[in-house]
Amino acid sequence: MSKPVLRVQDLSVTFTSLAGSVFNRQERQIRAVDGINFELFAGETLGIVGESGCGKSTLARAILGLLPPNRGRVMWMGDNLTELDEEAMRQRRKELQIVFQDPVASLDPRMTAGDIISEPLWTFYPKMARLQVDERTRGMMKMVGLLPNQINRYPHEFSGGQCQRIGIARSLVLNPRLLICDEPVSALDVSIQAQIVNLLQDLQKKLGLALIFVAHDLSVVRHISDRVMVMYMGQAMEVSEKERLYRKPLHPYTNALMKSVPVPDPKLAAAARRENWLTGDMPSPYRRPKGCVFHDRCPFKVKRCEADVPPLRRMENGDRVACHRAEDLDLSVVEA
Amino acid sequence: MALLDVTGLEVEFETPEGTVRAVSNLDFHLEEGETLAIVGESGAGKSQMMMAIMGLLAENGRARGSALYRGADLLGMTARELNAIRGNQIAMIFQDPMTSLNPYMTIEQQMTEVIMHHRKLKRDEARAQAVEMLRAVRIPDAEERIRQYPHEYSGGMRQRVMIAMGLLCEPELLIADEPSTALDVTVQAQITQLVRELREQAGMSIILITHDLAVVADIADRVMVMYAGEVVECGSAEDIFYNPQHPYTRGLLDSVPRLDRASDQDLHAIPGNPPNLLDLPVGCNFRDRCDEAREECREPPPVWRDETGRMSRCVLPMEGGKRVDPDGTGPESRATNSASRENRE
Ligand SMILES: Nc1ncnc2c1ncn2[C@@H]1O[C@H](COP(=O)(O)OP(=O)(O)OP(=O)(O)O)[C@@H](O)[C@H]1O
Ligand SMILES: Nc1ncnc2c1ncn2[C@@H]1O[C@H](COP(=O)(O)OP(=O)(O)OP(=O)(O)O)[C@@H](O)[C@H]1O
Ligand code: SF4
Ligand code: SF4
Ligand SMILES: [Mg+2]
Ligand SMILES: [Mg+2]
Repeated sequence: MSKPVLRVQDLSVTFTSLAGSVFNRQERQIRAVDGINFELFAGETLGIVGESGCGKSTLARAILGLLPPNRGRVMWMGDNLTELDEEAMRQRRKELQIVFQDPVASLDPRMTAGDIISEPLWTFYPKMARLQVDERTRGMMKMVGLLPNQINRYPHEFSGGQCQRIGIARSLVLNPRLLICDEPVSALDVSIQAQIVNLLQDLQKKLGLALIFVAHDLSVVRHISDRVMVMYMGQAMEVSEKERLYRKPLHPYTNALMKSVPVPDPKLAAAARRENWLTGDMPSPYRRPKGCVFHDRCPFKVKRCEADVPPLRRMENGDRVACHRAEDLDLSVVEA
Repeated sequence: MALLDVTGLEVEFETPEGTVRAVSNLDFHLEEGETLAIVGESGAGKSQMMMAIMGLLAENGRARGSALYRGADLLGMTARELNAIRGNQIAMIFQDPMTSLNPYMTIEQQMTEVIMHHRKLKRDEARAQAVEMLRAVRIPDAEERIRQYPHEYSGGMRQRVMIAMGLLCEPELLIADEPSTALDVTVQAQITQLVRELREQAGMSIILITHDLAVVADIADRVMVMYAGEVVECGSAEDIFYNPQHPYTRGLLDSVPRLDRASDQDLHAIPGNPPNLLDLPVGCNFRDRCDEAREECREPPPVWRDETGRMSRCVLPMEGGKRVDPDGTGPESRATNSASRENRE
């Protein structure tokens, strides 16, 4: 088997912020990403899912060196990205691209769509002919379903979904080798979602692109991913091959997430509302539960879950899970 | 009387390339206590239609037509009058949370300001309300985290702050533009439940713009489907989901990936691209992408309606519908329509 292009090892990010009352200021720490490990191969897609605030965007930024990690390494084709100097990192940057979560806010409001999309070309290939840049930019716009005649418009003159596609076009213009998409299709209607997902899959086949796809829509993730990582409170609960994960999740949290997916059907929606799979809220990141971080919401909890942290361990089929009871639970999904 | 009654709404933007027709000849109404979902292609004019009604169009934008709110035309109001209605009677949750939150103020400052302004409460009361609302939208440790700045929140948390701020003013009408794009399934379920409760307690009416058809199925009474600036179909949620009439609506529903169905088919996209709004085709706007397209579609398609208020804009007859507009809504009839409105103003 070939070697992975990306190896994330024990990656952790902690934020410190001021909290407490006005009279009693305290520093509080949030372990937003806590000891994440995974590998990614060329041409492979890893989906990342998990509840809002579980650390997905932070992980994405830390992998690309946009946030300093407290611990851990990011190995990209043999280089440790967390230790590269600025110039070496700049060279690598061209291979590593990200589509940010907040589509409008991540675009510079003073630049036209054309400038935004072509900027990476000017940065890395300053000698490229104007005409060629222009052609490539228009080509990218068409690929993501924008009209090339919108090239001179500013971000505020586009709709939310159009801004999201400008971000996608920009991230693809350099033919990156690793692309991290943070909720890339959330502002798009289902038809354009499908168009973008199909586009990414084509590029992957053609260019061997390695893809990390963060999304809250489990049905889109299922479609595009080879493997899926389920995160909870900064940690990986399960990393499994896609079909296995959706057919028979190993972790009770994965199971709860999947059972909570609403269906686009008014009658079924009313019925689904009565079944509540995930009760309670995510615990405070300031007061992390002892033992298994999921234990206070887990319907399968046993005594030992409150004391011992379940390590992320490898099962026979290669999937990994962090649950003491993974072997004795049967969480098969019954297809409707 | 309907709470909101929009007729003949047109929105245009002047650009160096020409005039962008973002919304054309749009009619709809909203009853008190009703939840109307607006769905449709990205770029179809959903956000700008609302911006026009609320007097928030960009400088190069222009609106015509009328939007009666409890009988008073929002489009004819001064900025001052609109300001009074916005926030008190009508609250809006904007599509992009980061651009509507102030990055230099804490969440607490922004929320208490809104409450103090609209509800005439003292600062500590306002703060207590803000914390309570943050809890209601499931921000963990709301009491402490309210002191943080927007950039310290995750994408979904920022979006929940926007929702909390919209609900804080206890509006009669809540207009929410893509409020759930960054929310995972569990938080989403909790927030739709919250909204459902507020709707029942306070009789709030809701216009929900969203791409998430599962949310629509869960909460909407009626659904309006837009394509290239026009309403192509409108009806009860059950009509739209179980018996869609317009080819675009069918294409849209067929594109939804579902977990409860087999997975490994290709994701279905409606082929082709939306028309150029600078130069809309004569006839049906969906023509180039429609697999039912025929010769007559080169003419503006007729409108069908039935007595339940259901409508469809297509040459294909609507089940149980009457053709109310035999000559179609051609450019001529549109022009007179808006011209007469302009004269009235
Ligand atoms: N710059 C920051 N300073 C302090 N805390 C932060 C910062 N950025 C993120 N956090 C916190 O770290 C945690 C993880 O945030 P992150 O944005 O990674 O979540 P996420 O999984 O992407 O969520 P969402 O699905 O809502 O986008 C959250 O509790 C968030 O408030
Ligand atoms: N200021 C502007 N100048 C020119 N064109 C504009 C301007 N604002 C919006 N548009 C165009 O008007 C059309 C309608 O935009 P709108 O934001 O209403 O779409 P939308 O239906 O909300 O789409 P999305 O689902 O992607 O948010 C789009 O094609 C957009 O590019
Ligand atoms: S370790 Fe225990 S508490 Fe945690 S998921 Fe497994 S069964 Fe539930
Ligand atoms: S009018 Fe013609 S092209 Fe338009 S949706 Fe109907 S069948 Fe299709
Ligand atoms: Mg995020
Ligand atoms: Mg919009």
